[in-house]
Amino acid sequence: MREVAVIGVGMTEFGELWEKSFRELVGEAGIKAIEDAGIEGERIDALYLGGMSAGRFIGQEHIASIAVEVAGLHGLHIPSTRVEAACASGGVAMHQAYIAVASGIYDIVVVGGAEKMTDVVGGEATDILASAADREWEAFLGLTFPGLYALMARYHMHKYGTTQEQLAMVAVKNHYNGSLNPKAQFRNRITVEDVLNSQIVADPLHLLDCSPISDGSAAVVLAPLDFAKKHCEKLVKISASVQANDAISLHRRKVFDGIPAAQHAAKKAYKMAGIEAKDIDVAEVHDCFTIAEIMAIEDLGFFEKGKGGKAVENGLTELEGEIPINTSGGLKAKGHPVGATGVAQIIEIVQQLRGEAGQRQVKEAKIGLTHNIGGSGGTAVVHILEVV
Amino acid sequence: MGVARYWREIPSRYNLIGSKCNVCNEIFFPPIKICPNCRRKSIGKIEDYKLKGVGTVESFTIIRNAPPEFERNVPYVIALIKMEEGCYITGEIVDCEYDEIHIGMKVDACFRRIQQDGSAGAIYYGYKFRKAD
Ligand SMILES: [Zn+2]
Repeated sequence: MREVAVIGVGMTEFGELWEKSFRELVGEAGIKAIEDAGIEGERIDALYLGGMSAGRFIGQEHIASIAVEVAGLHGLHIPSTRVEAACASGGVAMHQAYIAVASGIYDIVVVGGAEKMTDVVGGEATDILASAADREWEAFLGLTFPGLYALMARYHMHKYGTTQEQLAMVAVKNHYNGSLNPKAQFRNRITVEDVLNSQIVADPLHLLDCSPISDGSAAVVLAPLDFAKKHCEKLVKISASVQANDAISLHRRKVFDGIPAAQHAAKKAYKMAGIEAKDIDVAEVHDCFTIAEIMAIEDLGFFEKGKGGKAVENGLTELEGEIPINTSGGLKAKGHPVGATGVAQIIEIVQQLRGEAGQRQVKEAKIGLTHNIGGSGGTAVVHILEVV
Repeated sequence: MGVARYWREIPSRYNLIGSKCNVCNEIFFPPIKICPNCRRKSIGKIEDYKLKGVGTVESFTIIRNAPPEFERNVPYVIALIKMEEGCYITGEIVDCEYDEIHIGMKVDACFRRIQQDGSAGAIYYGYKFRKAD
């Protein structure tokens, strides 16, 4: 197996981008990534595109072909494959591309992720997102996607004493980080009171505990490490890429205070990279809801199970804290165009490791981690990236 | 929400029919074809099992922002219920004041209308839960 490096990154701004079409978004991110990598189109061997539900959000399927077309690569007939795993689509696309390069079958591979979610009205988006849950045994009964995380939140609060304020502090921190990120959907700072006074979506989760409906696209270019060494100045290699799956429904998993697939993926990823949780300098985790970030920092081994809320309260996950979490603003403030999220997380970590994160730069970040979840935990993808 | 997709599930939805693995004796709901504990050894050893319908609330949420089919029911309570047989079920809790509902509350299953396709469309029935005495 070959070692794999990230040699280029590019993304659009995330937000309500009504003036831009899906194909414009995919093209913009892809072209930026290819330019950043300094790669000629002829050298690209394959393309993977993460996308959750273009069919329902914009009435367009077969989006892998759109990606190859907007990249100007259709005449070269390179293979382009769409990957779907709900909100983990981007992370799974990354994993597939990693496998392709590591195996030696392809050399240069572009990974994209995109979603255009704001073309449908409120209730429709809720129903589309509910398709990330079990349609027959969860959504059929009226359970929504925020509802699933609300069930985990109440359970976590009951079992460990995690408080509503601690949940709110996740959102406050991520909005602060988002205020330092020019690509973020929300760059306004908020307070704990703002979160607690916002409308309740699914008790105990308020509107400001939830990530937004977003449009956006992200892309990265992968290459064998040996090629990257000759080609790049700032080398970032992928030292682990692990995907783990579980039952789609929460009730089947019987675990409500964390995500077993994420715990499994993290353990395997640390082993693959030959490191431990304490070696991670910066992480982007899947904070689709504030409770998800608290469970993530526990599942990843940064804090003991049940201590995540306290860690947030004590500022340990802030930019200057023990382990800065979601320096980009996370899904909560950067935005969550579902198919793009897993790829955008990789971009934030690459920028941190290259020392290009501007005002949100974590000092001497050498090892970073991304954690991308599909549904309520049916899919989990963990990547570890390292400065070479 | 196509009719056929839900119609075929009706036996389990109406009667809380799950599965029992006769190798490890674990009870499952919704029904399974292969046991996740015993896997291949369980082939041919899975049989239907009717749940008693009695359980305990493990967690719950009050949904205030619902998909189109449920908008007129808002707010409503969805819970994770641990059944006496050990499996968990997602279900709505009805006939109950919100401030009565708590983790640890005993519930039993009842048969109710779940949703309807428009004002004159097909009506889907299934299980819900209410406070047990
Ligand atoms: Zn068994």
